[in-house]
Amino acid sequence: MKKRLIALMICLAMVMMPMLAACGGGSSDGGDSGEAEGKMKVGLITLHDENSTYDNNFLASFQESCDKMGVEAVIKKNVPEGQECYDAAGEMVDDGCKLIFSDSFGHQGFMLQAAKDNPDVQFVSCTGDNALVAGVDNYHNAFASIYEGRYLAGVAAGMKLNEIKEAGNLKGDTPKMGYVGAFTYAEVVSGYTSFYLGAKSVCPDVTMDVTFTGSWYDETAEKEGANKLIQGGCDLISQHADSMGAPTACEEAGIPDVSYNGSTKSAAPNTYIISSKINWSPFYEYAIAAVQNGEAIDTNWTGTLDTDSVQLTELNEDVAAEGTAAKLEEVEAGLKDGSIHVFDTSTFTVEGKHLDSYLADVEADEAYEHETEVISDGYFHESEFRSAPYFDIQIDGINLLDTNFG
Amino acid sequence: MDKQKKEPLIHITKRKQISKKHEWAIRLGSILIALVVCAIITTVTTHLNPISVYASMIDGSFGSERKIWALLKELSILLMVSVALAPAFKMKFWNLGGGGQVMAGVLATATCMITLDDKLSNGMLILVSLIASLAAGALWAFIPAFCKAKWNTNETLFTLMMNYVATQIVAYYIIIWESPKGSGKIGIINPNTNAGWLPTVAGKQYLLPVLISIVVTIFMYIYLKFSKHGYELSVVGESQSTARYVGINVGKVIVRTLILCGLICGLTGWLLVAGTDHTMTTTLEAGRGFLGVMVAWLAHFNPIGMILSGLLMVFMSRGGSEISTAFGLNNSFGDILTGVILFFVIGSEFFINYQMHFRKSHGKEAADV
Repeated sequence: MKKRLIALMICLAMVMMPMLAACGGGSSDGGDSGEAEGKMKVGLITLHDENSTYDNNFLASFQESCDKMGVEAVIKKNVPEGQECYDAAGEMVDDGCKLIFSDSFGHQGFMLQAAKDNPDVQFVSCTGDNALVAGVDNYHNAFASIYEGRYLAGVAAGMKLNEIKEAGNLKGDTPKMGYVGAFTYAEVVSGYTSFYLGAKSVCPDVTMDVTFTGSWYDETAEKEGANKLIQGGCDLISQHADSMGAPTACEEAGIPDVSYNGSTKSAAPNTYIISSKINWSPFYEYAIAAVQNGEAIDTNWTGTLDTDSVQLTELNEDVAAEGTAAKLEEVEAGLKDGSIHVFDTSTFTVEGKHLDSYLADVEADEAYEHETEVISDGYFHESEFRSAPYFDIQIDGINLLDTNFG
Repeated sequence: MDKQKKEPLIHITKRKQISKKHEWAIRLGSILIALVVCAIITTVTTHLNPISVYASMIDGSFGSERKIWALLKELSILLMVSVALAPAFKMKFWNLGGGGQVMAGVLATATCMITLDDKLSNGMLILVSLIASLAAGALWAFIPAFCKAKWNTNETLFTLMMNYVATQIVAYYIIIWESPKGSGKIGIINPNTNAGWLPTVAGKQYLLPVLISIVVTIFMYIYLKFSKHGYELSVVGESQSTARYVGINVGKVIVRTLILCGLICGLTGWLLVAGTDHTMTTTLEAGRGFLGVMVAWLAHFNPIGMILSGLLMVFMSRGGSEISTAFGLNNSFGDILTGVILFFVIGSEFFINYQMHFRKSHGKEAADV
């Protein structure tokens, strides 16, 4: 019995020890952050690691941007969308970070919580949509007008379809595209609609089938989805999901593919045409500079073609139709000077009618009201009222084979 | 003829008795060897100084007040699940459904917090969600226990399947309550009103879960060690026939023990939603139902011992993620080190239970580790 008592005491001591240490540790921490005044620290929290094309897109440019701005990068990878995110952000604050980014939508609630508890540190939930409603000074959202990049990629797709049509190689009577999406959310709807409208601008009789995998990263499901679309008579495929599933399915079937998040030419040299991606460097650098100069960061920052936040990756001349590069330059210039609008209401119909008014759910609150008028001057103002996309309209010509809200 | 027969190089016998001192010598020895092996792996594959890698693991767990609290919170939650599983395993009822029972508690708590937030006062809401989570956890454990007691169904498969059922129901309700709509996530529940959130004790966010887990652990220690119930379930574990012979109602003991198990798991789910995470995801339980089995087993179902084995697990996982941050390594590297250390720790149990005899050093305890 005595021995057991001793064992019990030891165990309790082991539990209490760190607690006692905790009480003592607090003060020394404060001293640490004061010491390291030389270099500002900036944190990045990512959901996965380099193996995901999505997270890799954040990680690759982060280190570069930090080096360029002369700040120290602190990176925490594989942080789940839960209390772990709050704890990770808190540890970064302890570590002396003055600015902290997170890369996944689901991190946002925990980033907001961390922002409320640490008013001296700036927090940014990239791709998040709750900063507008939250109204917390040191909490921000950022995104990019990736719909412009997808529109351009769509133009390249439409030109390829025209080429196939002229050669008489269409599978059906009219050109048809296929699209593998992750979820039926506004972000994806906005993406495939802009892609479709880009294609339609050069190939007016195109239609599109869309299927959803229900996951941001599921190589098998994405491949199966692409194969299903190919068997359904699609002449060209594009995707909005993060694995190599769709590009490899296209390469095997010999169907042209417009990719996402970066070039997939090395894996699909005979079918890859072009890809669009968000370049986060301009935002990283803008936010770091703002903190360095003591200026406020926009509550909603939206990168555009002008800020170089939206990019097209290399055009594969072997697969793309002739004259694509020149056409892309022309359309890009049009988008930049405002003579072309992606969601121009004269270019699409909903149930046979042109829209002249639409209330979107811009304020991401619990009410789910579509409260903001977003159509004016003849086009849908995407990503202007907040950075995250809110275009969620099903337009004519696009046929959803299924839906998946998770 | 017999004497001509070649004696094998090693033969293994079961130990009859082993002193506590000897047992711990083997355990600590195996951890030391594991550290050496990890050091070699670290140096060869990453060219880093293993001592600084170990130092950063310790820093990741104990480096600041916040890290220590996060460690204690993780330990508390894991400990609760392990403690909940212990009586079932001691009874040789293979309850692999700890995760599902936690998720049942999670769902019940989240349901109360989302649907009743404006109908009850905060105190009432916390009380109602507590009762609901206890009931849900208990129900999730009762179903397989009842079927086992009544029809002798296979509890391993049954409890395992119940995990998936719980996860899928949670997934269903996440879509119903998702916020913002279309995101597939609930986000933080009641972020502005904090309705249903457990109060912070003494200004420390995670102190309450830590205190509750200490109470539960001590309760379970006493329950298993000194109560009649605890004695009955260990008899059932040793031999059901013996139990029946001495007049123990085996079915009743099984159901009663599993309900207790479910209650604690439900309580854990309540702590996760109302106390620490304030959200509901399909992965909130994070594999603790299975990890808890290992924690309980390593401690030979002694709740106090589980504090140590649980601390080892949490330390390894937090230390592992710290080295990936500090040295820019992939998280898998931390997993490799964790795997090596666990391999040796679990392996040491073999040398505690069995003795190896080498051909020449006959009868001596020369090479134990």
